[in-house]
Amino acid sequence: MIQHDVVIVGAGLAGMRCALEACRELDVAVLTKVYPSRSHSGAAQGGIAASLGNSEPDSWEEHMYDTIKGGDFLSDQDAVEEYVKAAPRVIYELEHMGCIFSRTPDGKIAQRSFGGHSKPRACFSADRTGHAILHALHEQLMKNAKSVKIYNEWYMHSLIVDGDRCNGVVVSNIQTGEVEVIQAKAVVFATGGYGRVFKITSNAFASTADGVMAAFEVGLPLEDPEFVQFHPSGLYRQGILFSEAARGEGAYLLNGNGERFMETYAPSRMELAPRDIVARAEQSEIDAGRGVDGENCINLDLRHLGKERIMERLPQIRQLGIDFLGIDCITDCLPIQPTAHYSMGGIPTDKFGHVISDENGTRVNGFFAAGECACVSVHGGNRLGTNSLLEAVVFGERAGKSVLEYAAGIDYGNVNEGQEKAKVLKKFEDVYQRDGSESYNDIRDEMKEIMMSHCGVFRDEEKLKVCIETLKGLQEKFKKGKVTDKGKLFNTEIYEVLELGNMLGMALLIATAALERKESRGGHFRTDFPKRDDANFLHHSMIFDTPDGLVIKKKSVVITKHQPAERTY
Amino acid sequence: MATFRIKRFNPEKQPEPYFEEFQLDIPEGATLLDCMNLIKWTLDGSFSYRMSCRSAICGSCAVKANGHALLACQRQAAHIVDNDETVTLEPLGNMKPVKDLVVDFTPFWDKINKVKPYLEPKEAVPEKERRQSQEEFLKIDDSSTCIMCGACYSDCNVLEVDDNFLGPAALAKAQRFVGDSRDSQTLERVKALSDPGGIWDCTHCGECVERCPKPAKPFDRIKEIMTVALEQGVHNNNGARHAMSFFNSVKRSGNLNENRIPVESMGFFNIPGLLSLLPVGIRMFLKGKVPPIIHHSIDEMDDVKRIFKELDQ
Repeated sequence: MIQHDVVIVGAGLAGMRCALEACRELDVAVLTKVYPSRSHSGAAQGGIAASLGNSEPDSWEEHMYDTIKGGDFLSDQDAVEEYVKAAPRVIYELEHMGCIFSRTPDGKIAQRSFGGHSKPRACFSADRTGHAILHALHEQLMKNAKSVKIYNEWYMHSLIVDGDRCNGVVVSNIQTGEVEVIQAKAVVFATGGYGRVFKITSNAFASTADGVMAAFEVGLPLEDPEFVQFHPSGLYRQGILFSEAARGEGAYLLNGNGERFMETYAPSRMELAPRDIVARAEQSEIDAGRGVDGENCINLDLRHLGKERIMERLPQIRQLGIDFLGIDCITDCLPIQPTAHYSMGGIPTDKFGHVISDENGTRVNGFFAAGECACVSVHGGNRLGTNSLLEAVVFGERAGKSVLEYAAGIDYGNVNEGQEKAKVLKKFEDVYQRDGSESYNDIRDEMKEIMMSHCGVFRDEEKLKVCIETLKGLQEKFKKGKVTDKGKLFNTEIYEVLELGNMLGMALLIATAALERKESRGGHFRTDFPKRDDANFLHHSMIFDTPDGLVIKKKSVVITKHQPAERTY
Repeated sequence: MATFRIKRFNPEKQPEPYFEEFQLDIPEGATLLDCMNLIKWTLDGSFSYRMSCRSAICGSCAVKANGHALLACQRQAAHIVDNDETVTLEPLGNMKPVKDLVVDFTPFWDKINKVKPYLEPKEAVPEKERRQSQEEFLKIDDSSTCIMCGACYSDCNVLEVDDNFLGPAALAKAQRFVGDSRDSQTLERVKALSDPGGIWDCTHCGECVERCPKPAKPFDRIKEIMTVALEQGVHNNNGARHAMSFFNSVKRSGNLNENRIPVESMGFFNIPGLLSLLPVGIRMFLKGKVPPIIHHSIDEMDDVKRIFKELDQ
């Protein structure tokens, strides 16, 4: 049995920032199913928010209000306040670690505009901000290699829980197929999101709900899974991200008639309204037949920005357009469409990174979560662009501090190694024993298709019910899937099957919570209930697995400074 | 219908690799990675390779296609197939294959770790950010785009014959800090990088620049480190002496004094080094390959002088 003081699952921004904190005094393991440098945080392009005020006067108060309004008043305001207050410090710390940032003429960190932010607040490194921070943190882990052991290409299967305490994880080495138990005083999940359940998504193949479902499987609830963000600018058909920074720099959105249609939907902020609003506006235009050339896309026009500014500020995404669509945004418009991008919901935590097990905030001992897989909730019903990198860094650090505090005064808990291993080995065996009459590829495609069409930008009761039934049918089919590779060595097929199992479970939770929330708020829009309904739904959804099936309980929203108000832009 | 000729390898089943062919209609707009996925998901689930982001930023899916390393997600499949509608896929080179297109990255990361790939700050940090000018930012902008995909490492000609070479990715990473105005260890770094296995072992073939899917372009970064090393006076090694000798020879005579360069590169007082040149010298003599003993300048020395004068300015 492997032993570490703390095991952190996931090596993106949240996981690595947490590791840097925890390794000051503890022996830390970081486990990733890819490599740290390949984590999906690296795909973030446009920036990381902080009220540095480097290009215009700004304040944490404004950042706080923008975040709460952007989240359609579902954010927990006490957490938001601490989060935006911490922002400038954590950015400076990243700079001190060596992170590379674009600069203002006087050498300060440059800042640009972003959707829903009333001030230019996005600190950036050209159009690869996530990449720059990810590599800076990875560099720091390499520097601290004595106290941080990185398990590259290891997969986390399940949590080891004893009563109200978490004692480790069961994992396997993808390269050799060996199953191992890691005993730890504390476990931190920083496992990212689950955008892969949708057909069109900006997410990496790795974003498959492994962490959130592992938590759910030991009886913990998930919070607000119905809130999924659709990003307005996914490259047409591929869904990969074309940064909001393009609009931050001044790009236009045009429908098939060449009109700047945002005039109708958000006249004061236009293209820089929050993502939920822009994505819905785009989908409305497409649904009304005003897509470009009758297709399911609209145009992003950067041409007026000029070659020089595009090459300086957006060089990487210009290249993406050329490589993936054969279109150079200096001379032509780019076809884009809404793409599933970010999970506002996840494993419920308090503002210190402790996972909680119910609507009253009861802590689970030794279990922490941070980043996209967690729901604090600072983003409420809709996250503003550049707030996610900030969340990962702020709450990664906080989880690290909480772990330090927790693990210092505690010994290892009980782990029955043989039993825990056997459970996971049986999971493998079950997959190999299936009769093979169904194709996992078809099941995955069907799941992605139905989630996109029935649980996407626009939802209604009828669609959601069909979606839920379809998903249940797919779960049955999943038990009969066909596997061709039964070897141990770098068997990517078996891991894809396990991931698909997690995604089917997650999709069902998203759709179930979406059906229950009979209102429209942030990223969740019900055409049959198009208004926000604070009287009945100003609360977080906590979805539990019970013997009677899925049950949703209410968790109240923490409101400190800003009473819910109408949300217009 | 295109043919995907894929190098398969699974030592659990068979010790030797072999090629297997798959036929596939390339969907419109499909990337090479999309096609690999179609093969895996519809034709043979046991086909292994790495992938994650699909947007050329995570660096997972680097493979060799038709003999050259590239990112599978970054290329349109239709652009990769050759005239007879075939594409040959193999694992990256210079690393040990694990299974199919998956290789062992351990030596790659070991070498990244060797260059101290982290900032060693100059002074105690200020309360806010350190200032950095746009000019200073530009010096590390390109190297910071490296995604650690291993494409350069795979196709590096030096690594093919010399395991000890740090390789293009590690050297590009090194430049990220050599060029950083906030770093305190510039001299120590360029000294270490001038050791055997470092910058001077690069043969300037430029293959890494061709293969790099990002603006990191390792050889350009290697040249930048060389410049800093010479500026910092780190001359006491064969590579730097070779570069200086080359430079001085051209400056003096407009062409290379091939008798002088090997001696100057080794160092006049490096007796064992000079002796090690003898066997080569003798073989050259016996084959009649020794350059003329008396070295002549070229006729257009005025032009050469003018060029060097302009360079000096």
